[in-house]
Parts: sequence; C-alpha cells; structure tokens
Amino acid sequence: MNILVCVRRVPDSSENEIKLNSEGNEIERDELVYSVNEPDNYAVEEALQIRDRVGGTVTVVTVGGDEDEEVLRRQLAMGANQAVLLSDDAFSGSDGRGNATILKGFVQKGNYDLILTGVQAEDGASQVGGMLAAMLDYPFASLVNSIAVEDGKVRVSRDIEGGNREINEIDLPCVLSIQTGINEPRYVGMRGIRQVASVPIPTLGVTDIGVARATVGASAAKVKRTDYFVPELGKGAEMLNGTRKENAEKVLELVAARGGIK
Amino acid sequence: MTPRIFAYIQHRGGVVDDSAAELFAAAKAIDPKASPTAILSGFGADLESACNSAKSLYAEVWRVGHEGLSYPNAELVRQALLTILPSDCIVLLLHDHFGIDLSPGLSVKLNSPFVPDVLAMDAIQSESLNLVRQEFGGQVSVHIDCDFSTGAVINIRPGAFKAEQPTDRQGVIVDKSSEVGTFTTKRRYVETIVAEAGDVDITKHSVLVSIGRGIQEKDNVAIAEELASVLGAAVSCSRPVVDAKWMEKSRQVGSSGKTVKPKVYLACGISGAFQHLSGLKGNPFIIAINKNPKAPIFQVADVGIVDDVLEFLPELTQKTRESRGVAA
Repeated sequence: MNILVCVRRVPDSSENEIKLNSEGNEIERDELVYSVNEPDNYAVEEALQIRDRVGGTVTVVTVGGDEDEEVLRRQLAMGANQAVLLSDDAFSGSDGRGNATILKGFVQKGNYDLILTGVQAEDGASQVGGMLAAMLDYPFASLVNSIAVEDGKVRVSRDIEGGNREINEIDLPCVLSIQTGINEPRYVGMRGIRQVASVPIPTLGVTDIGVARATVGASAAKVKRTDYFVPELGKGAEMLNGTRKENAEKVLELVAARGGIK
Repeated sequence: MTPRIFAYIQHRGGVVDDSAAELFAAAKAIDPKASPTAILSGFGADLESACNSAKSLYAEVWRVGHEGLSYPNAELVRQALLTILPSDCIVLLLHDHFGIDLSPGLSVKLNSPFVPDVLAMDAIQSESLNLVRQEFGGQVSVHIDCDFSTGAVINIRPGAFKAEQPTDRQGVIVDKSSEVGTFTTKRRYVETIVAEAGDVDITKHSVLVSIGRGIQEKDNVAIAEELASVLGAAVSCSRPVVDAKWMEKSRQVGSSGKTVKPKVYLACGISGAFQHLSGLKGNPFIIAINKNPKAPIFQVADVGIVDDVLEFLPELTQKTRESRGVAA
C-alpha cells in the first residue's frame, strides 16, 4: 500500500502566545516557534503503522517554502520513505481550494492507495482533505480515529457526537482526515533527524506537477483574509490578581457559594 | 441581488436539530430580508415529522426522501444536493462532524468557495461577503472576504448565531425526492458504536475539576483527583488529555465527548477551543486557571486566574482542607 500524507508546518499554539503586530491587523510572526501541525503528526504515525503491517511506502508532502523542509526532515526521521516539497512563487497566497488543487496535481503524478491529512491546522478549517478527495473523485471521511485495511478497502471509525463512533467501509483509493489521539506518535530526537540530514528532498513547482497557474495562488483565491483582530471580549472573566493564597481562598468561596461542597 | 440561501438541516428520530434556528439566524445575518429555504434529507416518518417542524421557521422546506438517505452519509447527501441545488446559491451548514465531512467536497462540486467555522457575518455587499473566523484555537480572530459570484458554501460554528425563535409560520414543504436518482457510493455506513460508560459519570456532577494540556503529564492528574476528592467533585478533561491517554474517553467534555451541565466548572489548564466549550451546557459558573493570559477560555469564564495549575491546584486543595478543618 502506497500512502501519501499531507503535512504542514505551523506556529505551535501551545508554545506561543499569539499577538498582533503594532498595526493591529496581522499576527506578530517573528518570534513564533514553528513545528509540524499536531494532527499531521498523528497522520504520519498512522501511515507508518499501516505500512509496517501491510507493506508499501509512505510519502510525505507539504506545500510551502525552504523553511518547511525541517518538518519534512522530521517525518523522514520518524520513518517516512520519501518527502517532497511543493514550492513555487505561483502557489503563494493560495486559499484552501488552491492548496487542494496543488496537492491534486501532485497526487496525479504518483500512484497512492491512501491519502491522509491531519484533521485541521492552525486555522481550524478542516477543508483541504475533503476538497482534494472531491477533485480526485475519491471517497472521503473526516475525523478518523481508527483504520483497518481490508482487501481493496478500509474500515474506518470516526468521531461523531457524544463520544460515539461511526463505522464506515470505504473503497481505496480514498482520502481520510486523521483525528488526534488515533495513535501515539513516536518520538524523534535530534539524533534521528541528523541521520536523515543528507536524504534529498525534491522540490516540485507548477510545471512539474502540471497545475495551471490560473487555478492557484492569490489571484485564484476567492476566500481571503483581510485582517486579524482581537475581538472585544463581551464581559470577559473577572480576573483575580491576588497572591496565589488569596486567589485560592476566593475560588473556594465561589465554589462553595455556587455549587456547594459535598 | 442576494443569491438564494439554503440551509441544510440535520435531524434525528424525527426531531430537527437545534442548529436549524441558528442557520436561520445566519441567513438573516447575510440578508435581513432573506427567506432561506431549508433542505432536509432522510427517509420515512422521521423525515416527515422533521420537515413538519422545520416549516414553523422556514417558509419553504425541501424534502428529499430516499431509502439510501436514511443515514446521513455525507457522500450520498452530497450527490442528492448536487442534483437539486441551483447554481450560484449560498448553502449554510453546521460546522460539526457532519458539516466537516460534507461541505469541503460539496463546495468543489458546486464550484463555489468554502468558508469553514464562521462565527459572524456582515450583511452581504454587492460582490463579497465579510465573515469572521478564529485561528490558533481562538487566540485571534480574522476577517475573511469571500467572493460569492459563483455562490458559496458556509459552515457555521455551533452556537455562534443566536437561535431564531420559532414562529407560527406555516411554511410549505416541496418534495424533491423524485429529482434524486439512484446512488452509487464508495463509502458505506456500517454502524454506530455508542460510547462506553466510564467509571465516573461526569454528566451527573455539580462541580467538575476539568483538566487540559496544562496538566502536562499523566502523573499530575493525581493533583486534580486530590482537589476533586476534597471538593466532592469529579475530574473531567479536554481532548488533548484523552489523546495523550492520561484519562479515559468517558471523562472528555466537548463535541466529540460528553455534554455536561455542572453548576461550577473549574477549567484547569484548558485553552478553551470551541469544540471543548460546546460540551458545556446549562450556563455553569466557569472558573479558569491558565498560564497563558491570552487563552480563549478567559473570554467565556466568569472568573479567571493567570497561574500554573500545577502550583495553584495544590494550594486550593490545601485551602479546602483547612476550611473543612475549621468547620469541623
């Protein structure tokens, strides 16, 4: 089974406090710590485990620039067979649809049975996997929390409401968006990354993957960010600014008054 | 001219989902004069009864009945929608496990742009829609400009639009079933596995000590357990804690976990992603403790403390013990 995993390098929102710039319309990006989008890491781990069970290869791909190589290198260190960077000036400013179009071009140059994405990136959009599947006329399922490979198909479970799980049988090839918690992604240390330091990562552009310039990039985007802002917080929380001890006393009072202590 | 607006309404057991009224409100946000059309798909008596309740709000309800649509399989619903929707329309759906499954592919097939997880919208302008989304788990908001010249598919965040009150309107039901032919699908629904009951039923507690990523490691869960035990509360958690296997799935609060209605909710090291908050009902008193002063949880909490939960919770446990000692 040949598996493709689409990954993205994003500012790590558990490590960063996201602030606006001095103009107040864009995120201050200079000091952000970047890492692989967390759900994508689960998707790569899942691909590696499937490959190790049934054989085949795992390819990791990202749309971005030179700075994104570090993420691909990390996935190689986890055990991916190859990594590809899709990079071209024409790609810049693509919306979700544009990114799916770029990935579709790449997918059609290869031969993949299963395509995985993370469930969402830092923009919380959850869109590229579903779009890519529709463009390829492949079946799709989102929020996937387990995959069993069967003959010519997969049996997948997905998150629905109330902690319930929906089981579907899906013909291959297909696209699945992977939920966090599906597995325990393996740890990659500096040593592992050094070991793959010399593995070549090919860079492909518009002509390599046969994508029409008019269908990608800022000019094709129908969905555009205009500005970032921090919303006025309704009333927001009443912040307690006492010492830790004072705050604890106050919280205890509130809990007792509001909910009672048994 | 405003394009025609449709709302795809989910229902279960003959009962229309609460989001029907939220999608109606979202349509009104796009155009206060809009008369959105509801679309319900399904089969048999359940569909009939859901359509009847939808028409108390929507002036026109499109019913798409087909045995193959008995279970809302996104691939099949997409095929049905593609046969009945006019070109260049605006389609509203809920950004939940179903809308996330359906909408991105639907937008591609309709050749319309897709805007996911929308919190607010300005009234429509001549060529574009101005929408509000959040990024970075709610730490910042962003304005989105959407060119709707070829229509648009818009997923609405659950709870973001204040539900329109039902009226005594008697809308009409238009049966579209005959337009839908036979289905073929490469994705087949097999069954639904109902969540296992855990050792503790977090839905029955009036005080929850709820932990998130800020608890940092499995051994620290004991810190929350200790506090819960002196408070007579239960420990619940957010998704990352379950993902890391620090607690059982049955303790998870949120859209993919349990819906809880405590009186007091102590959110400890929880950032406050909307998927988590949508599991909190009944307007609990929320006390949030988080190291990050920008954590979105502080926007919804009643009381907030910027502190490390690993330091604060033991202090609170100690204070609770002392107060009990005095009382005894």
